[in-house]
Amino acid sequence: MSSITCKNVSVSYPPRKAPSLKEWALRRNRGAKPFDALRDVSLIVEPGEAFGIIGGNGAGKSTLLRVIAGIIPPTRGEVIARGVLAPIIELGTGFDGELSGRENIFFNGSLLGRSRAFMRHCEDEIIDFSGITEFIDAPLRTYSTGMIARLAFAIATTVEAEIVLLDEVLAVGDAAFRGKCEERIRRFHQTGATILLVSHDLESVRETCERAAWIDHGRIVALGDATEIADAYERGLRPISAPAVANV
Amino acid sequence: MTTAALEAERDERPVHRYFAGQQTRFMQEWREILQSGHLLYNLVHRDLTIRYKRSVLGAMWTLLHPLLLTAILVIVFSHIFRFDIEHYEVYLLAGLLPWTFFAQTTVSSMAATAWNGALMKRVRVPKSIFTLSTAISGLVNLAVSYVPLILIMVMRGVHFRPAMLFLPVSIAILAVFTFGLSLALSTISIYFIDVREMFTVALTALMYLTPIIWPLKIVPPRFQMVIRANPMYYLIEIVRIPLHAGIVPSLTLVSAGVALALTSLLIGWLTFRRLSAGFYPHL
Repeated sequence: MSSITCKNVSVSYPPRKAPSLKEWALRRNRGAKPFDALRDVSLIVEPGEAFGIIGGNGAGKSTLLRVIAGIIPPTRGEVIARGVLAPIIELGTGFDGELSGRENIFFNGSLLGRSRAFMRHCEDEIIDFSGITEFIDAPLRTYSTGMIARLAFAIATTVEAEIVLLDEVLAVGDAAFRGKCEERIRRFHQTGATILLVSHDLESVRETCERAAWIDHGRIVALGDATEIADAYERGLRPISAPAVANV
Repeated sequence: MTTAALEAERDERPVHRYFAGQQTRFMQEWREILQSGHLLYNLVHRDLTIRYKRSVLGAMWTLLHPLLLTAILVIVFSHIFRFDIEHYEVYLLAGLLPWTFFAQTTVSSMAATAWNGALMKRVRVPKSIFTLSTAISGLVNLAVSYVPLILIMVMRGVHFRPAMLFLPVSIAILAVFTFGLSLALSTISIYFIDVREMFTVALTALMYLTPIIWPLKIVPPRFQMVIRANPMYYLIEIVRIPLHAGIVPSLTLVSAGVALALTSLLIGWLTFRRLSAGFYPHL
């Protein structure tokens, strides 16, 4: 059976509600229309497959990932995911500056649904991978942005899962660290996990994924072989913003 | 059996199914909370430690705060306004501690749910866990704050009686009531933040309508029904009586407390079930 199934999934947000009594009384938001973030998206990802999702900013890629992760409820349709899920959607969720790096490893891990025993088991591996051995017991507020990003990535990717949902998190740290990250994702793939990769980086979609979908304005506009979809996307994009694409 | 059915039977992978119009089911939420035991522990631990992380006296404040508060109130009410109560400081503290638990838990659960909105946007967590963790931290603080009260009781020569063992039962009733109300309030406050301000004001009024600082007997009999219409009267009374009077509260008081607690829990859960699925755009 499939790993991820999306059946006619739509997500629409209600028009922004009045946040206070005053605005509610004044009815400033009258006549606002709901915003459709996803429209009738259907998708099947097979076990062990690496599937890419590409599209412009605000196309609905991240919304789709969050629906599959069970964070956003679909307005219409249904999502079924079979297997232990590891959503790597945003790094460093719930990081607390007052807690030490080590305490944050456990806190962040528990937010991602991992047990204390598992985190104990992986503690050293995470510290080692992040390269913050020296400062691991100092409060997180004393860390540099790069250190925080490395720690967050190390926690998020130290996981045993059957489905990995990855949201543009590849671009953290320097070139050497990026190499280590790509290595990790390859390892997920080799161990037979299903990977859903949302990325702006067409090159990593071509390299990692077998199939891909192109999403635009909440709709799937093309679905098929990853390289073909990435090529089509690149061609389709070129006339709109030529200089920006030159260094993709 | 068809091949597909056989295959499905052999499939041991957990199934996550999300569909339009899905309501939070009680067992589902409960199971997810049990599975998030590590998170619950961390939330409580963070609540209890971060508060004092940068302060010099640290967790000592949990003890000092009720002591200093009592000192002020005892000075004001034993010397300026006098009530005819034996061991006034015990009466006061035995009622003030559960009230503080109630007030702090309800107010901070609204804040916790709002602050953790950013988390709920990024990871899947059972949404009632923030209210639950706030209530548990409140209970830990309450337990610690009984230490100064017991010290005062020893110093004032209050006799310790077996009825005092009823205290945990009373606190459990109060805790269930507080959790139910907190769940309703924190759910509504996601949609309508003004509830926080409204409730904080109402809380102050409610405190003066509850016999905590003053005894019920100073109220003329014809107005006592006003006080008896206040749910907090029963909930505070059952917690105070075992310590201050040294007796088990009457069956009437206890059953009123239990009825209030269950009603509050039901209202809290129904509010949460109805509204929690639509949190996302409001976080």
